[in-house]
Amino acid sequence: MALSSEQVRHVAALARLALTDDEVEALREELSQILAYAEQVGEVATDDVPPTSHPFPLANVLRADDPRPSLPVTDALAGAPRAERDRFHVPRIVVEQP
Amino acid sequence: MTTAPGAAEATAEQAERWEPVIGLEVHVELSTRTKMFCGCATDFGGAPNTRTCPVCLGQPGSLPVANAGAVEYGIRLGLALGCRIAPDSRFHRKNYFYPDMPKNYQISQYDVPLCVGGGLEVVTGAGRRHVGITRVHMEEDTGKSSHVGSGGRIHGADHSLVDYNRAGIPLLEVVSEPDLRSAEEARAYLTELRAIVRTLGISDAKLEEGSMRCDANVSLRPVGHTVFGTRVEIKNMNSLRSLGRAILYEVVRQRGLLDAGEPVVQETRHWDEDAGRTSPLRRKEEITDYRYFPDPDLVPVMPAPEWVERLRADLPEMPGVTRSRLTEGLGLPAEQAHTLVHAGLAGLLQDAAAAGSGPAEAANWLTNEVLTWCAEHGVDPADAPLTGAALAELVGLVADGTLSARLGRSVLVDALDGRGTPGRIVAARGLRQISDSDRLAAAVDEAIAANPEAAARVREGNPKAVGPLVGAVMRATGGQANPRVVNELLRSRLAAPG
Repeated sequence: MALSSEQVRHVAALARLALTDDEVEALREELSQILAYAEQVGEVATDDVPPTSHPFPLANVLRADDPRPSLPVTDALAGAPRAERDRFHVPRIVVEQP
Repeated sequence: MTTAPGAAEATAEQAERWEPVIGLEVHVELSTRTKMFCGCATDFGGAPNTRTCPVCLGQPGSLPVANAGAVEYGIRLGLALGCRIAPDSRFHRKNYFYPDMPKNYQISQYDVPLCVGGGLEVVTGAGRRHVGITRVHMEEDTGKSSHVGSGGRIHGADHSLVDYNRAGIPLLEVVSEPDLRSAEEARAYLTELRAIVRTLGISDAKLEEGSMRCDANVSLRPVGHTVFGTRVEIKNMNSLRSLGRAILYEVVRQRGLLDAGEPVVQETRHWDEDAGRTSPLRRKEEITDYRYFPDPDLVPVMPAPEWVERLRADLPEMPGVTRSRLTEGLGLPAEQAHTLVHAGLAGLLQDAAAAGSGPAEAANWLTNEVLTWCAEHGVDPADAPLTGAALAELVGLVADGTLSARLGRSVLVDALDGRGTPGRIVAARGLRQISDSDRLAAAVDEAIAANPEAAARVREGNPKAVGPLVGAVMRATGGQANPRVVNELLRSRLAAPG
């Protein structure tokens, strides 16, 4: 299936990616090829094969409701670019639109 | 029942042309010991980011494993609501960019939720209505953000700080059918659902504290029509009162638009409790394309039928059944039974009755003094610091004349304040009611001597004039005189023509 430029822009917006027109065109071609590859599955899928999200016959992997130690707060914040008062410091969430 | 809200509701909802159509989405935060997909503790009040681990922080390589306790709670709620438990249910990822989840997705359920197709009964002034439950699904809670440099508001903030202690705590989302037709019914539905959740003991279900949260979908349609109008989702209602007010506001707003021939815009609106109005939420990142897909890290949940049947057999008595037992079994009025069950006081009443108290007397203390004390102290009545045995003891002390009703109230308040059992409080305060006429005679004579005018009026045949005299005796005895005996003494002293 060939993607349209519009679809590529939509996916890019969802992924918060700023793309140039050239990048949109390049990605349109590459993504279309990836989709075409995945579509080969359709050649063998028939009506009696249900949609499968988990290929292994495995269910009910559950754990008992027993607490385990959490990370020390310094470890929890170790990978954060910024922290303040033991909290993750994140950039402004809402950007006012002009 | 007060007149003001009723009148507002009548204006808003009994309008002839438009019928409100309301559905609720209720999030219930489960009281499991650990989070939904990791072993971090869920205890309230931990210091920021001290209840996190690689799983709930979304670190690469970590793997979520579902909490069996949370699944069990979900099945129990589904069974209590008459839902079908899905033989094969899945977890999906709901993708979005917002820093309240470090993974950039929330694990939820999508096309195959844990429970489907139940319902519950609500009773209002307009009668009884069956409200369908579309589904109950499992998901995880988000972290808590605080916004800096804007007085706490997200708009205009310089940056935000996030605490992920709450991220990953198990939630059940209960979605109703659009079967509700008024703000009153919406409140009744939420009240009943809360009572069921509390009866199951799966959450403390406190709206004010956020362990139960409610969003409302509201639309209007011409009366008699079956097609739905454009709906608006309302968020941020933190009490039953807010829920009622927000729905009323929205019904009036939408009716104004429709009457003026203007369209209702499908959007999410935020209820502002202080301003008493809803306003649209505008978020740049609010793109509703969540791209749900099955979480490859989590396998299906396929509850064994034996497990489900065992949970069904172990379900506690549901509030509706408790209510009928209080009315039909113990002879309480329907409204009082409703109040007790929904305040979470039915257990206390039954304990008191089991400890020998008359049900009507115990119920009256609970629905009057205990509820008042709880309201004044900001205590959830379900957590009232009183035992059935203590309540039965109090009822006994009033019944046998040891305490007047007035002293009984004072002793009950002391008991609630943690000063001991009613018997001990009576002993400690020396509070026995004085019913012995010999011991009261002196105080009665003094009262007559000190109030000659009132005494004269009683002698002249005005029985109401006895009031100040009774009051004087009560004051003189520190409230311990038996008012009935005092009345008798006064009347006999003042009956003879003087």
